[in-house]
Amino acid sequence: MALKVGREAAVAVTKKFRESYCALAKFLLCSVFLASTAQAAVLPEERFDTLYHSYSGGGVTIDGPSILVRKNVGNNVSLSANYYVDMISGASIDVRTTASRYTEERDEFSVGADYLVEKTTMSLSYTNSSENDYQAETVGFGISQDFFGDLSTLSMRATFGSDDVMRNGDDEFLEHAEHRRYSLGWTQILTTKLIAELSVETVADEGFLNNPYRSVRYLDPSSALGFSYQAELYPTTRNSDAVALRAKYRLPYRAAIKTEYRHYVDSWGITADNLEFRYTHPLESENLILEGKLRFYKQKGADFYSDLFPYVDATNFRARDKELSDYSDIAIGIGVTYLVPDRWALFDRKNTLNLYWDYMMFDYENFNNVEVHSGGGDYLPGEEPAYNFNAHVVRAYWSMWF
Amino acid sequence: MTKRALLLLPALLLLGGCESMMPKMPEPWVKPYERHYLADPIMSFERDPVAAGFMNHVYEARESARGAEGGSGGGCGCN
Repeated sequence: MALKVGREAAVAVTKKFRESYCALAKFLLCSVFLASTAQAAVLPEERFDTLYHSYSGGGVTIDGPSILVRKNVGNNVSLSANYYVDMISGASIDVRTTASRYTEERDEFSVGADYLVEKTTMSLSYTNSSENDYQAETVGFGISQDFFGDLSTLSMRATFGSDDVMRNGDDEFLEHAEHRRYSLGWTQILTTKLIAELSVETVADEGFLNNPYRSVRYLDPSSALGFSYQAELYPTTRNSDAVALRAKYRLPYRAAIKTEYRHYVDSWGITADNLEFRYTHPLESENLILEGKLRFYKQKGADFYSDLFPYVDATNFRARDKELSDYSDIAIGIGVTYLVPDRWALFDRKNTLNLYWDYMMFDYENFNNVEVHSGGGDYLPGEEPAYNFNAHVVRAYWSMWF
Repeated sequence: MTKRALLLLPALLLLGGCESMMPKMPEPWVKPYERHYLADPIMSFERDPVAAGFMNHVYEARESARGAEGGSGGGCGCN
């Protein structure tokens, strides 16, 4: 009897294994068949973009140009180059309260190549970022594959970054950091009007990860204000994971809505979520595309963050960077794209003029505004009002397709 | 012997030995000629990479979260 039961169980297991194996084999065969019969993927569009960007808020203005060119070489290769500049003026609250300006300009230059074979696109990229106290180089490799009748695209990307960190006014100071990023994306056409994308990315940092100028404050009864400052000290590793789901839907009339949600968690104890809605509405008779955006972001700060430490060297690691605190921000954005009519089009090409404006409102929960002391305010350390500020983000650009 | 059987198994499957028990795979349900809505530029997640890349740079510089930005992401190479 026991032998019979055992034999039946073995048959059942074998059957289940065969069914699973057959399903897997059929999926692989179908994928190979679809990959070999459906139409090939295409290279990115050939285009030229000239952008002026500006971020202004919290006493800081960062602006500059960005130029992006993408051109095909033959039928299978697309080359791209990007030059980007951040020019920084003014001083953020960190700089104002501890009097240590840390950078004035960042130049970034990137080149990339995409190679298309049938339904597979392979890409290589190199980026060099240069500041007077920070040098960074990043190389990347990516591959994407269309399949399932071109309804699905699977993409993978890996980048490796190597940074040298310096400190102005201290010629002896030289530190190093490395960054590895691995991302995976699945884009899926769901219906004739709906497309979705699932993205995951893990990032591993190692080395000197804090800002060499920024300080934390701690209670110091011997100080006139009741607190003093000492240098930040971060862990030398940071690992993070992010997963995002975004979808775009074509409405019954010619307009589209986009929604996006991302969840983030890292080894410093930071968790964050952001949610975005976007509405795109063309006005065909006026050659315009209008866009509106609403975005929410909320994070729980790092485990080693504190607005006010109880005494000097209170913890192994310490930070008072407001970007590592508990806070939220809300952004609203509007923009317009103008498709230049053929009679005015430069070089008889498709041209667009674009202007986009975002307004971001940052609201910190445990990063206090220490500037109230310089304004004559009578606050005990740690009882200052929480800091908040608003920022304007502008993108004005001209695009031309070859 | 077991190894030889495992090597033969894929070949048997290719010959249709388990056709009857295979689950039916879905066909691509949106045909190429049904994608005119999706081909509209307003349906791309980001129409302009240069502008999308800048916004991701702003978010990454002002917020702790990073990664999974989709096609326009990849890090800013800055501190």
